[in-house]
Amino acid sequence: MEPAEFITHSGGAIGVAWLMIALPLVGAAVLLLGGRRTDRFGHLLGVVTALASFVVAVLAFVQLLGFAPGERRRGIALYDFIPGMATKVGLLVDPLSISFCLLITGVGSLIHIYSIGYMAHDPGRRRFFAYLNLFVAAMLLLVLADNYVALFVGWEGVGLASYLLIGFWQHKPSAATAAKKAFIVNRVGDFGLLIGIFTIFATFHSLKFAEVFPAAHGASQGTLTAIGLLLLVGACGKSAQLPLQSWLLDAMEGPTPVSALIHAATMVTAGVYLIVRSGVIFQAAETAQLVVTIVGVATLLAGAIIGTAKDDIKKALAGSTMSQIGYMVLAAGIGPAGYAFAIAHLITHGFFKADLFLGAGSVMHAMNDEVNMRKYGALRKAMPVTFATFLIGYLAIIGFPLLSGYFTKDGIIETAMEHNAILGWLAVLGAGITGFYMSRLVFMTFFGAKRWEGDAHPHESPAVMTWPLIILSAGAIFLGGFLIVGNRFMTFLSPAVGLPEHLPEFNPVSLTGLVTLALVAVGAVFAWFRYGAAEVPAVAPRGSFLTAFARRDLYGDALNEALFMRPGQWLTRLAVFFDNRGIDGVVNGLAAGIGGSSGRLRRIQTGFVRSYALSIFVGAALLVGAWFVVGNL
Amino acid sequence: MPWLSTLIGVSVLGALGVTLVRNDKLAKQFTLAVSLVVLALTVAMAVQFSPNGDKFQFAETYNWIPAFGVHYGVAVDGIALVLILLSAVLVPIVVLASWHDAEAGKRSVRTYFSLILVLEAMMIGVFAATDVFLFYVFFEAMLIPMYFMIGSYGGAQRSYAAVKFLLYSLFGGLLMLVAVIALYSIAGKGTFMFSDLVGTIQDVTTQKWLFLGFFIAFAIKAPLWPFHTWLPDAAAQAPAGAAVLLVGVLDKVGTYGMLRFCLELFPEAAKFFTPLVITLSVIGIVYGAIVAIGQTDMKRLIAYTSVSHFGFIAMGVFAMTTNAGAGATLYMVNHGFSTGALFLIAGFLINRRGSQYIADYGGVQKVAPVLAGTFLVAGLSSLSLPGLSTFVSEFMVLAGTYEKHLVFAVIAATGVILAAIYILWMYQRTMNGPTAESVKTLPDLNAREKWVVTPLIALLLVFGFYPKPLLDVIHPAVKDTLSSVSVTDPAPAVPVAKEGQ
Repeated sequence: MEPAEFITHSGGAIGVAWLMIALPLVGAAVLLLGGRRTDRFGHLLGVVTALASFVVAVLAFVQLLGFAPGERRRGIALYDFIPGMATKVGLLVDPLSISFCLLITGVGSLIHIYSIGYMAHDPGRRRFFAYLNLFVAAMLLLVLADNYVALFVGWEGVGLASYLLIGFWQHKPSAATAAKKAFIVNRVGDFGLLIGIFTIFATFHSLKFAEVFPAAHGASQGTLTAIGLLLLVGACGKSAQLPLQSWLLDAMEGPTPVSALIHAATMVTAGVYLIVRSGVIFQAAETAQLVVTIVGVATLLAGAIIGTAKDDIKKALAGSTMSQIGYMVLAAGIGPAGYAFAIAHLITHGFFKADLFLGAGSVMHAMNDEVNMRKYGALRKAMPVTFATFLIGYLAIIGFPLLSGYFTKDGIIETAMEHNAILGWLAVLGAGITGFYMSRLVFMTFFGAKRWEGDAHPHESPAVMTWPLIILSAGAIFLGGFLIVGNRFMTFLSPAVGLPEHLPEFNPVSLTGLVTLALVAVGAVFAWFRYGAAEVPAVAPRGSFLTAFARRDLYGDALNEALFMRPGQWLTRLAVFFDNRGIDGVVNGLAAGIGGSSGRLRRIQTGFVRSYALSIFVGAALLVGAWFVVGNL
Repeated sequence: MPWLSTLIGVSVLGALGVTLVRNDKLAKQFTLAVSLVVLALTVAMAVQFSPNGDKFQFAETYNWIPAFGVHYGVAVDGIALVLILLSAVLVPIVVLASWHDAEAGKRSVRTYFSLILVLEAMMIGVFAATDVFLFYVFFEAMLIPMYFMIGSYGGAQRSYAAVKFLLYSLFGGLLMLVAVIALYSIAGKGTFMFSDLVGTIQDVTTQKWLFLGFFIAFAIKAPLWPFHTWLPDAAAQAPAGAAVLLVGVLDKVGTYGMLRFCLELFPEAAKFFTPLVITLSVIGIVYGAIVAIGQTDMKRLIAYTSVSHFGFIAMGVFAMTTNAGAGATLYMVNHGFSTGALFLIAGFLINRRGSQYIADYGGVQKVAPVLAGTFLVAGLSSLSLPGLSTFVSEFMVLAGTYEKHLVFAVIAATGVILAAIYILWMYQRTMNGPTAESVKTLPDLNAREKWVVTPLIALLLVFGFYPKPLLDVIHPAVKDTLSSVSVTDPAPAVPVAKEGQ
């Protein structure tokens, strides 16, 4: 089934969908411009605007459900942005964008609330909420835009928010460097996305989804493949997919709620959104789709492998995020059969990964901001609520039967298996590794012996932090089954992305599913023997070259340094030298030559009245010469 | 009402008036008042401009040297209008920013402010001139106040920088003078009026020679690679306010001249030289950005970013599509705001610490958060972050260039990545990290400085989300220019059904 037609809409909550963006934007503006005067209520204002945005999203969702499925792609026009290129830009409220809106504002609000407690003692809390609000606004613009330019505005807007929040503790050189790195690597992706957008514009003379998509089939195969691959480059940057993954692990320098909201639940999934949104283009370009699936599988394995070797709890979770987004990208590359699973997994992942990150934050909060899991252990008794919610998130992500991840990840694996057995089995292998590294993380943190250092006296976090955990873990339990069973989400999403020819049937005892479960179990048991039952050494053992490979992020940074950074520094030095000695040297040499000797130039500097006269004389001479030339013409 | 002559006249009278005021403080206040009056008048004029009316509006023409057909002729089209607006907006901001800049040296404070107003008159005149000879006169005369602003009020190397700036510009100016006179005599119309000269040179070889005469002058002024080496010296040595007027407005005369004179007077030559000019532009974009990354001096770094940005503008002008041309014109305006903000805030910082070197700073954000925050916004506008007006123009230039010159546009777009590196690295080294001992007591922006920065940031934001008022004025003028070069925009490969058509 093809996606539904675009309909112009007015009225109701959808008619004021721009409020979703405007409310947090105003919040950010007030907090940034208001300065210290807003310190006292800054965090509350931040929470209120995020919640208000959530309310608008819910109302718009309800209104959307009131329309027949074929009439659920509703556009509202806003204003002329760039006349001639992006005239009449507006917002598109359809099942795809509203799903994101609910996720962004819903999980976003919970994380705002959690941050009240987490950032309670930080002198920059107001600024923190301003940036969070800015992020929410930009992310909503990204998903609600009805054209590629406005999408790009949101796209770089979330990049800015990410930069500001990774570098929130900017006095730490590591945080400042990580922030800069994230922005620059993302710019590499944005470069690809920009060229993709230019190609779309040159081909269609339009950037509006409603105009480009219906005409997409008219473009040549080469053009569509190019557009697809260029959009993929953008997606790789934002979603930390190979080969632009290196920034995400460093991004963990930001405060933990940031890691949960931006670098796990929402922003990093923007690449998946872009691919699914541009589905019409990808479906018409098989090569591009193939590359998407390969990138997805490669990243899901790479992320999982990185996750196995990290002792820093946030970095282990970051590897896991890369990996899970790899699953989504894989599904998004498959086409209509995969779209619903990609987005469903994106949503459930948003819940359980936010749950896990906030849980990790709760642990850090209790352990004097220690992130090294080798210095944790036996925390389950000290922090029962955190432990219980973390355990639920853990079970969800490894795909424990009947929890959210079980439905959505299994859906991706089954679809991949049907699409291409190699991709499918690699995805199964990834699930097995997930079972290992997530179990390792849980055992090292909550089980085993206490390995606490210094004056650590872990305690449960305050209610303002635990309640968001409880709500998120509820989502981690139930959401997957709700979305997948009976193809509920696939049907809901179909007006935006179409339906596959054959609807999948949920099979609880498929061969693939059973093998996956078995591998996950093996991984978990193996982790138990290494990290649960056995003693965890305080210093990481050296390990094999494979361990080193994983610890060094598969040499991603080393590769970037060797290929880009060092040649870049060399080139920069060369260019500066060339500019000073080469071009300017020639200029100064010429000037000196005209003056008769090189010492002349130095004299010009002191007696500029004389040199002024000299240049007037030279000018006059040239002028006379010119008259002769003209006279002879 | 003779709007343009009024603007020029008020500035000139103001400049004279300043020299008569005895008290330095009163002189400054008087200068600010005059520049605000000019701004108000300019805005009033702009409001009355009808975008789809005559090409040139508010025209005034008087004979000046009848024997040679030289006129005092002024008028504006959309392109000239937005550039005059840019000048009128920047001058009061620069006056306010330069409040104490002239006090450090031994030279007269009043003279400095008087020079600013003289310069304003000339900037308005050069964009408004409809007589080619008058344009030339303003083009050269502009050098004089700027020469003294750099040479008398600049940094330690000011004399070297000022002389280099002057000699470079005079060289280009003389080439242009030769071309102007040759154009006059070959056309044989007995007049220097631009409108009478358009289309008179039919012979392609003649066009090429005359084109070069104009183009080299403009390429030095802009500056385009490889004529750029005077700019870092001049901008680094000039007081921050003068640097803003130099890079923000004076250099735009170069790119404006390319669009106005090189394209319209010598269309065939312009097409012939397009590959060369675009190549130079793209080299400038990438080269300027790479050299900027390697700078250790903040003001030189900003100057090199401008070399890169001027590459974008020249590329947009010569790509010869509506989007690229309109984008390039908008770029000239936005770059004035953006680089203006960068230079001024960097100037505030440098005045506090007394050093231009990046290495002398670190962790300023902690002690002066407002200064750091505004510096970041200015920096983000330099790297064309969406939401700030510079994005719109860079997007239009690149997309418009891509329509005709795919490979060049793709190479130029790497400037997007390089810009992130030079800005964010500079920001990190000056503002982030542990607070350096030497900056621990730096005060944050004071009220006057906030008044300087606020309008610039507000303009960057407003036109970032709503560039339509400017583009509505620019579009017809650019379309007209391109039609006089007789080029058309490429048609889309796949036509789409546009909404509402």
